[in-house]
Amino acid sequence: MTDAALPRRQPFALRFPSVMIFLTILALFTVGVTVLSEGFGIGVISTSFIKTLGKTLCLCLVALAMDLVWGYCGILSLGHMAFFGLGGYAIGMWLMYARTEIIVLESLSAAALPPTPQEVSDGIATQIFGVVGSSEFPPIWAFAHSLPLQLAAVVLVPGLLALIFGWLAFRSRVTGVYLSILTQAMTLALSLHLFQNDSGLRGNNGLSGLQNLPGMGDTPQSIVSLWFFWASALALALGYLLCAWIVSGKFGSVIRAIRDDEARVRFLGYPVEAFKLVIFTLTAVIAGIAGALYYPQAGIVNPAEIAPIASIYLAVWVAIGGRGRLYGAVIGAAFVSLVSTWFTGGQAPDINLGFYTISWVDWWTVLLGLSFVCVTLFAPKGIGGLVDILIDRKSPNRHGADLGPDHGALREQEAEK
Amino acid sequence: MSMKFLSTTAAAALLVSTLPALAQDVSCPIKVGVLHSLSGTMAISETTLKDTMEMLVDIQNDKGGLLGCELEAVVVDPASDWPLFAEKARELLTVQEVDVIFGSWTSVSRKSALPVLEELNGLMFYPVQYEGEESSKNVFYTGAAPNQQAIPATDYFLEELGVEKFALLGTDYVYPRTTNNILEAYLKDKGIAEEDIFVNYTPFGHSDWSKIVADVVALGADGKKVGVISTINGDANIGFYKELAAAGISADDIPVVAFSVGEEELSGLDTSNLVGHLAAWNYFQSADTPANEEWVAAWKARMGEERVTNDPMEAHYIGFNMWVNAATAAGTTDVDAVRTAMYGQEFPNLTGGTAVMLPNHHLSKPVLIGEIQDDGQFDIISATDPVPGDAWTDFLPESAVLTSDWKDLGCGMYNTETSTCVQIKSNY
Amino acid sequence: MLRFVATFLACLTLAFPATAQQADAPIQQLLQSQRDIIVESSRRTIGPAIDALANSGLPEAQVVMDKWQTRQMWVNTETGLFVYAEEVDRDTLRIFDFADGTEIGEVPDDGFDQLKPNSGIRGLIGTALVQFQLSDPDPDTRRRALDAIERGAEESHLAALRASLENETDTQILARKQRLERLLTIAYGETDAERIEAIQSFDGDLGVDVRAALNPLLSVRVEAANVLPTDPDIGQMLDPGSEQLSRDDAYALLVSADLAKPRISVEDQRNALIENIADGQVAGIQVATLNSQDARDMAYAALAEQGVVTAVATEAEVDQRLANHVFYERYVGAPPEVVFAAQAALNAIENKVAINQMFDLSLDALSLASIYFLAAIGLAITFGVMGVINMAHGEFIMMGAYTGYVVQLFIPDYTLSILVAIPLAFAITFGAGVAMERLVIRWLYHRPLETLLATFGISIALQQIAKNIFGTQARPLTAPGWLDGSLVINDIVSISYIRIAIFVLALLFLALFLFVMNRTRLGLEVRAVTQNPRMAASMGINPDKINMLTFGFGSGIAGIAGVAIGLYAKVTSEMGSDYIVQSFMTVVVGGVGNIWGTLLGATMVGFLQKGIEWFNPSNTLAAQTYMILFIILFIQFRPKGIIALKGRAAEA
Repeated sequence: MTDAALPRRQPFALRFPSVMIFLTILALFTVGVTVLSEGFGIGVISTSFIKTLGKTLCLCLVALAMDLVWGYCGILSLGHMAFFGLGGYAIGMWLMYARTEIIVLESLSAAALPPTPQEVSDGIATQIFGVVGSSEFPPIWAFAHSLPLQLAAVVLVPGLLALIFGWLAFRSRVTGVYLSILTQAMTLALSLHLFQNDSGLRGNNGLSGLQNLPGMGDTPQSIVSLWFFWASALALALGYLLCAWIVSGKFGSVIRAIRDDEARVRFLGYPVEAFKLVIFTLTAVIAGIAGALYYPQAGIVNPAEIAPIASIYLAVWVAIGGRGRLYGAVIGAAFVSLVSTWFTGGQAPDINLGFYTISWVDWWTVLLGLSFVCVTLFAPKGIGGLVDILIDRKSPNRHGADLGPDHGALREQEAEK
Repeated sequence: MSMKFLSTTAAAALLVSTLPALAQDVSCPIKVGVLHSLSGTMAISETTLKDTMEMLVDIQNDKGGLLGCELEAVVVDPASDWPLFAEKARELLTVQEVDVIFGSWTSVSRKSALPVLEELNGLMFYPVQYEGEESSKNVFYTGAAPNQQAIPATDYFLEELGVEKFALLGTDYVYPRTTNNILEAYLKDKGIAEEDIFVNYTPFGHSDWSKIVADVVALGADGKKVGVISTINGDANIGFYKELAAAGISADDIPVVAFSVGEEELSGLDTSNLVGHLAAWNYFQSADTPANEEWVAAWKARMGEERVTNDPMEAHYIGFNMWVNAATAAGTTDVDAVRTAMYGQEFPNLTGGTAVMLPNHHLSKPVLIGEIQDDGQFDIISATDPVPGDAWTDFLPESAVLTSDWKDLGCGMYNTETSTCVQIKSNY
Repeated sequence: MLRFVATFLACLTLAFPATAQQADAPIQQLLQSQRDIIVESSRRTIGPAIDALANSGLPEAQVVMDKWQTRQMWVNTETGLFVYAEEVDRDTLRIFDFADGTEIGEVPDDGFDQLKPNSGIRGLIGTALVQFQLSDPDPDTRRRALDAIERGAEESHLAALRASLENETDTQILARKQRLERLLTIAYGETDAERIEAIQSFDGDLGVDVRAALNPLLSVRVEAANVLPTDPDIGQMLDPGSEQLSRDDAYALLVSADLAKPRISVEDQRNALIENIADGQVAGIQVATLNSQDARDMAYAALAEQGVVTAVATEAEVDQRLANHVFYERYVGAPPEVVFAAQAALNAIENKVAINQMFDLSLDALSLASIYFLAAIGLAITFGVMGVINMAHGEFIMMGAYTGYVVQLFIPDYTLSILVAIPLAFAITFGAGVAMERLVIRWLYHRPLETLLATFGISIALQQIAKNIFGTQARPLTAPGWLDGSLVINDIVSISYIRIAIFVLALLFLALFLFVMNRTRLGLEVRAVTQNPRMAASMGINPDKINMLTFGFGSGIAGIAGVAIGLYAKVTSEMGSDYIVQSFMTVVVGGVGNIWGTLLGATMVGFLQKGIEWFNPSNTLAAQTYMILFIILFIQFRPKGIIALKGRAAEA
């Protein structure tokens, strides 16, 4: 079959109207928030809420990655928040180093003798690691002085870890729940490792004060938070485009086929492991980038962020939003994390039943857990399923026959396209 | 209702007439932010402090409020999620516009909130014993610094119990790490050889203690008296003490002194086999003073008979009352004015004596050592004179040259060798 | 009212006793002469008071020390007189005179301060009391004396101990006395021969006390000289830069022995340079150029040449000095013959100790393995047999533990409460398991990934509900008294009874599992349904019912495991999540669908973790990390686990 035999393809944007709709909404949202912000607008939205929104955009981006790897490729990874955290650590190292270096140089410039390089380095190390009772730079901080190198680490560290782990796991054909448990174990091992002070990343304390950009001490947070908000929105837009482009082509068809029946795809001659590895690594990189944008807004990155529970929540967002559709992941992440913030923030009114007062701080988690069960049981398509009802898209009716491993996806319909 | 209104107005009127210029700064109600986790792993400890704060606010309101205003506790839940502490602190300061924050338990949560407090010039009272090496302009540390807990307890081991060999057991996080570092340096100063100091770190919630306890017992093989200094945190203590009891280790053979085990933690286990082991704090519920009896009675009346009081609660008690007095003295809740008024504030401890707020934002408090009793309470066997809290320890070379004095030097990290202020803001 | 009368009466009696107490009795006078240090109550200063009492020759001294040690001595805050007292109730004391032991009367405790000797002082008192107690008719008192000697032996104890040996009637106490006599002989024996004999009598003894007696004999002092002396008390030679003697320490030793020039620290050098700044120059070198260590060294050397500062050793000089000297250990703990005997005895003991430590470690590992097995066995049923991923498994463990806690609230007898709690925990978690299977899992049998997520939702909901009900504070679950303490094989090998109980429980569960699966109708049906549900259904088995029962059975076992784990560790709402990942690992590593695999998996995980802890004893967290990494790698190479099912069963 040659390309000529194919009908002339429509432009990407027309074939996938949801992409354009999404990007438009995102752009409007960004502009709207900017206008309402304290930094550049009329000050209706507080800086802390801008930060929350910016962080939510980053979470949407990592949810997008999760959707790609789980919703499209069928790999339920319980380790993507680890990659997210690693991205945060990579950028955090530079932020801490650079900020501290400025302070140290300033204080040493007052000394009687010009400082030796060793004194500068010791000074920075004491400031950064004094908190955890050490005053020497561990070897992994070797590149912390250089922004380009640490930016490369944002991409390379999660990418390489995913590549090695994925290569080992896919090579030995670990699939399904085994793979999930294995990725969870990897996450647990990584978080336990980072919890140790000996890991050289300040143990349980993690890296903090990341919201203060080096050399921008005078810029108020209301401005800085908007910069990050824009960057997050841009990253999300690019990420969405990339993901949409990936799943739209032949590559996308193959990974969906792998999700539906891995053995058949293998028998058709596709190198299944290579496809999975590419997706796994690529999504890890996206997660890393999302993390690198998230943590400077959160201000602190520490091992608790990498704990297995975080990755499970990521799966929860995607499931609630609707798997196998990119906007579903975004909706799920945005909806659940914002609602979570609202409920745990104490703003939600308590419900007084007379004999017992339901305080949402206490019961929100219960509600989340149960709603999650309900979504799995009754609405496998998640919130995204509402869109189907809206545009009258239906799942194929197989007349009661088993659909295969996964209800949440629209396989037949996608195959028709 | 109207009576109350009248009296409030009268009080306000009185204040306005005496302090006409300053009273305008106060907008009623005065909001007191409470930044303690109500869910997640730290809820176990921090919920108690939230209750304490609500009780203190109620007590103060019964006394007529502050500066003619009612006090209102604004409670938020950072959910043991460290980044959330920064977010919630910002929310408290900018959205709720609280006048003061009482909060945090773990060091990392404090470090998370610090940049926000310093950026927005907030004021926080931190009630828990911690590792020191910090003195922020915007935080008052009402818990113990290492020299108010760890060092006196170690002295007690060295001098009173004649311990020659030390096992420093801790949970792997910043407080045990730094404290043990300080203690190692201190012990070496005191002539304890490096090989006589055994250090072990375990994860949070560790439960399998048999090997570590066996290791500690084996330390006695060279004929020196062994003592354990425990900075084990939270739940992990339960397994540790159970194993200790099972191994039949008597406090006379291998005494254990803990810095993170109080009445609250002991309520989770049967202490009959632990009698005689030690804890060092600035407060024990068993302190025999009228003020404490009243406090314990009020707490039990509010929360239930089985509830206990502990050291961080006393820290909030002192911190809150000092803040009230400072605000009254300043005639405003403005952060800078209150901070200036805080220096030198005195307030009676629940254990007797008087706590004094020092210019380095730490308290001067007595150090108590208690022996565990079979009812889960502590028998106070040693009490020192008030010890001034030291932000920068004298036992680590890097920080020995540092000092903090916000009152005269206006600097929390002042290098006495070069006579310069290293930095105004804190290390995060 | 009654209380008031009692207090009143007490006050009345107080009026008289003040006169009744013999303030001029010799013992009281002795105490008064030491009052300040007794009241100050510090181990550092208390020595003279105890010595005065012990050497007073007064018969009452023993009573005083006894009462003092047991915190029954009080001091009248007004008169300063000492009495001993029993607490009648919170506020009232019955006080006695030390002089003749007569009761003075009941008084309110306001006028008296209790003396609370700390454990250091109690130890000193105990040591001083030894001489009175060793031949006491009461065996308990004699035992206490021996305890005191074990804790703080003194030279004088040896003679007293020897003297008391003859009249000792109790064979157990006699044996202890003899052993202590030999231990004291090692430390304080008069002749070397006597000491060596005592040392040799402990050949291969594993007691910590023996090593504690021998090790101090081997203490050494590091010395340096140009040539190695040939004295008999010279131990091994040390290399500078080796583990026993760092290069810096070795050089510091030379400096302190005036055998070498001192070195200077970077800070001191910097300060010296700063002191000598003149016109922006140090010894003619521009200050601005002193921004490297080499430049500073040169500047300092230049200063030294001018004689402004003392010359210091360069690195080359340090190396040369170190090379020109030998470093060696000199025995200072005992005469050489005794040292060599002790060394030989210790060597023999150390080998045995190492073997026993290995054994103890294995016991720990076995115990950990049984805990993992216990936590995982329920999962081996639900996940291994049925293929259902139950992330809420940990919460079933937690429910079991909380059941135990609640039962103990109602049944105070610990033995009985545990006996009630175990079946109740099974019943409750069985019910919860069945409910969960009916409501959730059965809809998801063919969607394992979604089962994982749905059960995870249940898990976080259950955790939070437990938090809402029981609070976040850890709850006590206390083991019955007969499970307290440990089985002590020797001073090195011991294991707590509770761990043995868990081990036995794990074995029982294994037997129960094997019995149910292989010997009962239910087991047969379960295996049938697992292998081929349709075929089983056509044979008249109801697969729905079997699935429900199997899941309930697995959950119920998790509940019992929860009681056991709660007994040995803690009961919190988060205890389940501590075990869930490890439990899955255990099952996956062992091989799904095979109970022996789970057993092997648990054993491997347990031994591995203890093994890694042994290599790196100061960091338990690292052990867990490496263990998980190892398991991840292991699964790469044996994806189906240790015992992989073959053929059709593997596809089920």
